[in-house]
Amino acid sequence: MNLQRVEMSKQKPEVRRQNFDEVAFGYTPEEAMAEASRCLDCKKPGCVGNCPVEVNIPDFIRCIKAGDFAEGIRIIRQKNCLPAVTGRVCPQEEQCEGGCVFAKRGGQIAIGRLERFLADWEASQGINTGSIKKPRPTGRKVAVIGGGPAGLTVAGDLIQLGHQVTVYEALHKVGGVLVYGIPEFRLPKRIVRREVDYLTSLGVEMVTSYVVGKTRTVDSLLEEYDAIFVGSGAGLPWFMEIPGNNLNGVYSANEYLTRMNLMKGYTFPSVQTPIKQHHRVAVIGGGNVAMDCARTALRLGAEAHIVYRRSRQELPARLEEVENAEEEGVIFDFLTLPLACLGNENSWVTGLSCQKMELGEPDASGRRSPVAIPGSEFVMPVDAIIYAIGNSPNPLIPSTTPGLAIGRKGNIEAEEATGKTSKARVWAGGDVVTGAATVILAMGAGRKAARAIHRYLQTLEEE
Amino acid sequence: MIPVLERTMVAPNIHNLRLQAPDVARSAKPGQFVILQAEEDGERIPLTISDWDAEKGDITVVFMQVGATTGKLALLKAGDSIPTAAGPLGNPMELGNFGTVICVGGCYGIASIYPIARALKEMNNRVICVVEARSSFLFYWQEKLRKTSDEMIFITRDGSLGRRGHINNLGSIIPSIKGGVDRVIINGCNYVMMRGCEETRPLGIKTIVSLNTLMIDGTGMCGVCRVTVNGSNKFACVDGPHFDGHEVNWDELSSRRQAYLREETVTLRTSAPEKER
Ligand SMILES: Cc1cc2nc3c(=O)[nH]c(=O)nc-3n(C[C@H](O)[C@H](O)[C@H](O)COP(=O)(O)OP(=O)(O)OC[C@H]3O[C@@H](n4cnc5c(N)ncnc54)[C@H](O)[C@@H]3O)c2cc1C
Ligand SMILES: Cc1cc2nc3c(=O)[nH]c(=O)nc-3n(C[C@H](O)[C@H](O)[C@H](O)COP(=O)(O)OP(=O)(O)OC[C@H]3O[C@@H](n4cnc5c(N)ncnc54)[C@H](O)[C@@H]3O)c2cc1C
Ligand code: SF4
Ligand code: SF4
Ligand code: FES
Ligand SMILES: [Mg+2]
Repeated sequence: MNLQRVEMSKQKPEVRRQNFDEVAFGYTPEEAMAEASRCLDCKKPGCVGNCPVEVNIPDFIRCIKAGDFAEGIRIIRQKNCLPAVTGRVCPQEEQCEGGCVFAKRGGQIAIGRLERFLADWEASQGINTGSIKKPRPTGRKVAVIGGGPAGLTVAGDLIQLGHQVTVYEALHKVGGVLVYGIPEFRLPKRIVRREVDYLTSLGVEMVTSYVVGKTRTVDSLLEEYDAIFVGSGAGLPWFMEIPGNNLNGVYSANEYLTRMNLMKGYTFPSVQTPIKQHHRVAVIGGGNVAMDCARTALRLGAEAHIVYRRSRQELPARLEEVENAEEEGVIFDFLTLPLACLGNENSWVTGLSCQKMELGEPDASGRRSPVAIPGSEFVMPVDAIIYAIGNSPNPLIPSTTPGLAIGRKGNIEAEEATGKTSKARVWAGGDVVTGAATVILAMGAGRKAARAIHRYLQTLEEE
Repeated sequence: MIPVLERTMVAPNIHNLRLQAPDVARSAKPGQFVILQAEEDGERIPLTISDWDAEKGDITVVFMQVGATTGKLALLKAGDSIPTAAGPLGNPMELGNFGTVICVGGCYGIASIYPIARALKEMNNRVICVVEARSSFLFYWQEKLRKTSDEMIFITRDGSLGRRGHINNLGSIIPSIKGGVDRVIINGCNYVMMRGCEETRPLGIKTIVSLNTLMIDGTGMCGVCRVTVNGSNKFACVDGPHFDGHEVNWDELSSRRQAYLREETVTLRTSAPEKER
């Protein structure tokens, strides 16, 4: 057993902290084949069951080994329509790679990197192996609300089955969090654009700047469409209930990242989106979103802090991103609880008042919860504070759609296996159902819903 | 792409922009706004839908040219197009039969108050329009407003038309109205709205304002439009933009609005030569 993963080359930390180019370069064909050759092609592969969409991992890795990249990407695309995205952003250590036989001893096969390699190879060939023969048009019409990974998956699956599909997206670009949230240095926007263009080339109609619930309601769309899929995500930002949130210089992660990514603020003033030159930024939270904010702030010249109330071990972000952030010089303030945002007479942020914490006894879940240390209050001088503590589903669609059952957290209730909601002809999936989760789970939900919608549309044809 | 049907200057620095946006026009209600982009990769700004024709499928916004994006919009002509006009966003103005309603408009608010006045008139309110400007040559849409109101009162800073002074005239206008005033609605810059509320507060008259916060998405996603109303935190784009003016934290609002003052002039400077291309 060879436990040595083939490393993927990256921009050096001191270089990449100055630019927004992608951090990792990806494997060369030789590197990919070397990594692939470590795979044992297990009879009962643990990796596959750990991938939420069950990509046939051993098969595509075998193709890489044999140098048949075209066949490899074709195998991936049977289950996963955004491999260039998932190969980059899936939490592989918990998913596919976590299930690999090597995982226990370290050195699990770098499945994500191999997946990315094939997707990038495909792009470099100017082909898209997802394409199939033009299906016979069924005459059925489906509206997809939200152009994130869930909605795009549904659109891609249904168009290939011959249904007519229109995607309605509230923002001026399609892609969801992939375009407004995840930064360029982690997921170049051209990759998302390529996938969206591909769907357009298959015949999916993309309608942007269309806010369902406002421009038109779900009920009104139901008059025109046979079925509707709601994949509107979890876009409502949370703030802590502490004083000073409305000072200038306090952002939600959504605002900060939207300004920077969707609105290309990082190229200001060559675009109109104004951004502030901050010197010391505190990002509250410890997930992927927090890492993205801190690493963006750092690239814009600030000293970036992650303020997290637990310790490094509990960070919910992907390990790779934590390591990248550390290398680039993000400062982690663990076991630190924000108490108040402080400001000056002009209402600009001057600091974050905090308290130190220690880890107490493990609770019922086995997690050690943080306990405040009395008398440990201190002020962190900063000129910007970014909340990256979570999002919940936006109430726009729930509040304008009678008959749609809504859960306690504002999520749309939908059957797990099919995405079926309480409302006839309406399916839902992705973050709007689960709350903030992952790209691949949103895609998985989209795929299940597409299957269920197709089954329903077929019953119509038989009538 | 959203086709531009017409763009005309209706008063110095104030432009009328008519756009073809059938789905927006069909759903628009008084007091709602659209988020526009002047160009691909440009910033997103909110402008109130000041008129619309559901049948023809067009909407009209009236904007004051103040900075980079409104500057770009001011150069549009019929036949051009803009990438984005998303809406109608925000809640419609609360309407009903209130009795006597004073509709106050200053700068772009002279236009944005129009559909509100029109709807209130249709609901059999007595509508008194108060319009305010520095000088009489800055008024526009007077005919439209006259048709939708029982009475019109002008205020000019220089006294060139109607009463001399500014919005603080409201304090003497209201008591002079026979039968009393049941509600005041003010649209315009935050200063006009805030000062207007100071005049109505001692009179105890409910006063609705349409807040003017920074915005990006206009759908509740970013939170940049946060305001404090009656001590609690609201997102102006989805909880408003209309609020009881006596409950708004005006100081916070005006400081949050000015957050990018310096950066906005940077784009203005850097975008200047481009106009000559
Ligand atoms: C900064 C950040 C970093 C992340 N990093 C990772 C990562 O590394 N790995 C990972 O797996 N996951 C990551 N995630 C989570 C992942 O991006 C989401 O779980 C995933 O995008 C959810 O997909 P979705 O299609 O359900 O929703 P979204 O991607 O949120 O897309 C929903 C779309 O619907 C649109 N919409 C909303 N309301 C309406 C309406 N009324 N009408 C029309 N359109 C509407 C929205 O504008 C949006 O475009 C990250 C999330 C963020 C915010
Ligand atoms: C709900 C709502 C409705 C509005 N309706 C109208 C209208 O009908 N007519 C009109 O002339 N103006 C209206 N405004 C104000 C208008 O949005 C701003 O004047 C415009 O954004 C200025 O953009 P700029 O780039 O030309 O100027 P800038 O120089 O960039 O900005 C000038 C000032 O406008 C404000 N502003 C800047 N960017 C934004 C933004 N993204 N969102 C909101 N405000 C911003 C700031 O206070 C800034 O200091 C409305 C605002 C809101 C919130
Ligand atoms: S989709 Fe994600 S979890 Fe599945 S194999 Fe690819 S990288 Fe792994
Ligand atoms: S579990 Fe690991 S070694 Fe086995 S097939 Fe999957 S990737 Fe290859
Ligand atoms: S403008 Fe983004 S939440 Fe209101
Ligand atoms: Mg501007």
